[in-house]
Amino acid sequence: MRQKFTTLRSTVVPLPIENIDTDQIIPARFLKATTREGFGENLFRDWRYDKEGNPKADFVMNSSIYKGEILVAGKNFGCGSSREHAAWAIDGAGFRAVVSSFFADIFRNNALNNGLLPVVVSEKMLAEIFATAEKDADMQLDIDLPTQTIKILGTGVKESFEIAPYKKQCLMSGYDDVDFLVSIRSEIETFEKR
Amino acid sequence: MNTLFDKIWDSHTVRTLDGGSCVLYIDRQYIHEVTSPQAFAGLRKRGIEVFRPAQVTASPDHNIPTKNQHLPIAEPQSAQQVATLESNCSENGIKIFPIGSERNGIIHVIGPQTGLTQPGMTIVCGDSHTSTHGALGCIAFGIGTSEVEMALASQCILQSKPKSMRINVEGELKPGVCSKDIILYIISMLGTGGGTGHFVEFAGSAIRSLSMEARMTICNMSIEMGARGGMIAPDQTTFDYLRGREFAPQGEEWEKAVERWSKLRSDDDAIFDKEITFDAADIEPMITYGTNPGMGIAVNGEIPSSEGMDLASKTSYAKALNYMNFAEGDKMIGKQVDYVFVGSCTNGRIEDLRAFAYFVKGRKKADNITAWIVPGSKEVERMAIEEGLRDILEEAGFELRQPGCSACLAMNEDKIPAGKYCVATSNRNFEGRQGPEARTLLAGPLVAAAAAITGVITDPRTMM
Repeated sequence: MRQKFTTLRSTVVPLPIENIDTDQIIPARFLKATTREGFGENLFRDWRYDKEGNPKADFVMNSSIYKGEILVAGKNFGCGSSREHAAWAIDGAGFRAVVSSFFADIFRNNALNNGLLPVVVSEKMLAEIFATAEKDADMQLDIDLPTQTIKILGTGVKESFEIAPYKKQCLMSGYDDVDFLVSIRSEIETFEKR
Repeated sequence: MNTLFDKIWDSHTVRTLDGGSCVLYIDRQYIHEVTSPQAFAGLRKRGIEVFRPAQVTASPDHNIPTKNQHLPIAEPQSAQQVATLESNCSENGIKIFPIGSERNGIIHVIGPQTGLTQPGMTIVCGDSHTSTHGALGCIAFGIGTSEVEMALASQCILQSKPKSMRINVEGELKPGVCSKDIILYIISMLGTGGGTGHFVEFAGSAIRSLSMEARMTICNMSIEMGARGGMIAPDQTTFDYLRGREFAPQGEEWEKAVERWSKLRSDDDAIFDKEITFDAADIEPMITYGTNPGMGIAVNGEIPSSEGMDLASKTSYAKALNYMNFAEGDKMIGKQVDYVFVGSCTNGRIEDLRAFAYFVKGRKKADNITAWIVPGSKEVERMAIEEGLRDILEEAGFELRQPGCSACLAMNEDKIPAGKYCVATSNRNFEGRQGPEARTLLAGPLVAAAAAITGVITDPRTMM
């Protein structure tokens, strides 16, 4: 059983860069662990820290004004490698949702399989969120999974988002796919004899 | 009116859930040391066994050194990951090709090479370049570690069926143009998200004319345009490649298999959600200039202008060029190169080594170049030695290393130093991919060879 996801209200960490690949999210040299824990501290490692490990002042996660449980990123977020460590790192750094206008397929599945909600919004909505957050770092987003809506709290601008019904159910009830698949092993055995 | 993809996917669907998620049966699962340990740990925590160990094959590849493989792995964490893979496999009765053994290699090189990968199959691995295997006419794609655990636990995964896309490349390729150039060209036209949500079938006369290994290079990089995977319908080239390989069907079984595989093609009236056709004659030897594989141009071209891009794209484009220390309008020819890397699941097969070796034969490596020539598998290494490629390489000042993923993602010692430029035959030029602040220029083996000899970016056709 993992943490359930129903609604989330939070300020955001905006990262208006397109095509953020999983090598940026978590570089390969940090993939050597054999557990799922501890990846959060190396999230965006080479953007976040210099060679000596000092925080880079110009990176948003090091700013004192942008904090929150929602990461907002430019389109085609999570492209590249299938490393689930990317989702573990984002989750490990305290984020519960990622908002973008477009996610790479494998990353999206990995996020969903870890209770991290990828919210796909229109280009217009994404631009609106970035613009509002730039003016007001305290801007909050409301993400409502049961009704599949996302809203900018201050302005009331909102949009609905898509999610596969099965995945939605998993997130809301905290189930995972392994439990389900193991429960239908006999059906799989029958299928194998086809 | 079904596509090849539909036929294989539908015949492997155990059940479709409300809303379209499919329980997809997996014929073959490949695992390596980086994305599997947490999956095995998950099974142990749940107290369940691997469901079908005979359908799983393992090879350590990402972390392993490419020199002195007979010695223990020096880096403790890498050594631990490889040891964990070995113990997980022995505890669960999973076939493993250990480091240094004759079948070891990059998992996407040895799958086809041993005949484990076959037409009509469904194949997964916790690695995005699993799409390579699609060249043999199967559905193969990369998955995350949670899905690795699902497949180990049930020989199934849960995914929605992707949309279909066909990319045709018609006509004849120009001399000096190889399959890497085709796929870099396609990705440059479609962008890194151009295939997202889709599974791609590559077709057309130019694709048909390619060898099996050249087809693997194409399918390998389908993920770089965001596609779930890529595939090519099996034909005589496929059957000739597979015949007699260790795990391919033998004797009477072989005949039956070929009969079955021969039917694996998209129906003439199949409709794809997206279909695009390219003219092979438009494709030049390619190279990338930026920080994603979609940022590719003809090697004799100029870095495109950002004019007409929206603000968000312009910002990302400027960030990429700044990282590379390039400017809009720059010519690629003549640019400085420090390293050349030949290898990876994209271009680490014997045909790639042949292309590189025959090009450098009788020439000398430029003094400013450090070159790493890394075979994709132990078998490729053996062939390269037997065919005399190693001798040719050594005479020209190059060294043939031992197999592994190596500088493609720099998890082992093979890292490009900060600020240096590397012409690489691998698949990703992301920031820091080959080492922190390393600058990667993706290309095929001929462009890599021309750079290795001249020390700068050079059109290989001027030297042929």
